Amino acid sequence: MSDHTTPGSKKPASRMPLDKAQKARRRFLRSVGLTVGVVGISLLGYVPVIDARPPRLRPPGALNEDDFLASCIKCGQCVQVCPVQAIELGDIDDGFGIGVPYISARDQACDFSCDAVQCILACPTGALTYLKPASLEISAGASLAKPPVLKAKENDPEPTLNLKERIGVARLARPEACLAMHGKGFKGQARGPGFKGQMRYMDVDRWKPIPVRDHPYDRELCDLCFTECPIKDAIRMVSFVSKRGERLARPEVLEQCVGCGVCEMVCPLEPAAIVIDARAPWKEELA
Amino acid sequence: MSRFFDLFRGMLGAAPTKPKKVSERVQQIMVHKYEDKERYVKERLHARAHQNPSHKWRNRRWIVLSAVNLLFVVSFWLDIQILEGALTASRFVGFHMVDLNSALHVMLAHKHVIVNLFIGTFTIFLLWVMLGGRSFCSWVCPYHLVSELAEKLHLMLVKKKLVTDHEFHRGTRTVFWVLFAIMSFVTGYTVFETLSPTGILSRALIYGPGLALGWVSLLLLFEVLWSRRAWCRYVCPIGLTYGVVGSISPLQITYRVEQCLHEGDCRKVCLVPHVLDVTIKGRASEETMGLGPDCTRCGLCVDACPTDALVYEVKGLSKLL
Repeated sequence: MSDHTTPGSKKPASRMPLDKAQKARRRFLRSVGLTVGVVGISLLGYVPVIDARPPRLRPPGALNEDDFLASCIKCGQCVQVCPVQAIELGDIDDGFGIGVPYISARDQACDFSCDAVQCILACPTGALTYLKPASLEISAGASLAKPPVLKAKENDPEPTLNLKERIGVARLARPEACLAMHGKGFKGQARGPGFKGQMRYMDVDRWKPIPVRDHPYDRELCDLCFTECPIKDAIRMVSFVSKRGERLARPEVLEQCVGCGVCEMVCPLEPAAIVIDARAPWKEELA
Repeated sequence: MSRFFDLFRGMLGAAPTKPKKVSERVQQIMVHKYEDKERYVKERLHARAHQNPSHKWRNRRWIVLSAVNLLFVVSFWLDIQILEGALTASRFVGFHMVDLNSALHVMLAHKHVIVNLFIGTFTIFLLWVMLGGRSFCSWVCPYHLVSELAEKLHLMLVKKKLVTDHEFHRGTRTVFWVLFAIMSFVTGYTVFETLSPTGILSRALIYGPGLALGWVSLLLLFEVLWSRRAWCRYVCPIGLTYGVVGSISPLQITYRVEQCLHEGDCRKVCLVPHVLDVTIKGRASEETMGLGPDCTRCGLCVDACPTDALVYEVKGLSKLL
């Protein structure tokens, strides 16, 4: 803030330019320092990339991860429309994924209770999209062979979800723990009384999801991952008889699996026996 | 026209220059102002004695800023769906609105012209052309508000000689604008968005706080202890983007040299004091002058001026009336 200098000021004229030049030089160096500092800090966003952290489960219709991070405008409109509040936004420790939506399936999976994939509808940039523009590639194993049928809409004239690609694939990660594999049933609240996750139950209310804890189960042989799966023909129970003659069953993930994560959410075991591998491709040998 | 470009260059970082030609009317005014020294001193003392320290515009602005951000919050929390989304992109009763800077960076990183964004960016462009470009900064941006509070603390510490203000070159912000654009394009990530306290605060208000607030606190600490309003003055590309929009905006703060006593109260409160260079004795070339695109239209100078030499004006409208 240089006020006007009075002409004939008493300071020796020869000293002034030097001080000014020195000041200007210091200011310049400071400015360079600030630039380098801020750019350096911004590149810390690469930490999660270099860390090679497993990918987050993104909302349905998400573009491939790099395209998704680039095209997401970080506004959270997808968060606002989700009827089960499945979508959360990345924090600063997600680096460039700050403000980018993801789903923690174990806490709250996407159960498609909105019927029309509202988050895609809400996205202003097309980072979540029904139909990818031709210029964007579809990664191997991501396309769905046929439109997924939503069990809840099975009797509607248009029973399919407008989804072309999966967001992940379910995998029986701990077959040794799976209740059905031991021939065990399940009775009670799937995730205990403290669990806050919600789900739409067609026999309760088609339009209003309720807490999972308010909907206890009673199964002779646990098959929650199969019955609660919102997609038709995405998982089945394969029965078999053990060496000791017990009737057992094994959940088998099928090609129609879109990776919504409901199976992971409802699995009563801790940790879940069945999990979603985000962005994983469909592989025949998985089955 | 040359003043338009001078102001634009000033926004990019050039130092203000003395006018080459001062209009005759201004020369008359200046002669008249100082010909009778006694009268001039009397006028000054009179103005001081009757000064009515006002926070009118600041209070109005804080109310608007809080209201806009609160509307985002309640739209989600109470599910009234009036203003959905965050400051980067939103829907106002269904109409798309997209922040210009965010839209630019998304397209640079994605390397696609996203047609979906056109309507929203155009709406926002028109809105801020009407309302003064950088008025986004002072009337809407939540970081501006917390930074204003940090500034108060900073000035208090400066007064007590506990800290000093370290200025940077204002051109640094232009360098950042270019660098962030290049980084978005080269890395394919919206790099600026990771740091932007505007987006972070907006999302924290609507979707709940997170670790990112730690970064915002560091920025504020830097501003309190080291450099006054550093982020807004020297870094934020959003400000420069809206500044460009504001260069064609009819809403401005107008300076009227005749009323001015050249004491500089306005420059002391200003976020971008270089726009008030015209208020220095001998710098005004016309009787009334707009402050230019970098002015955030915050009105602190309007509040501070004891003689109403600075006023809000809508260009063209005052002539019509």
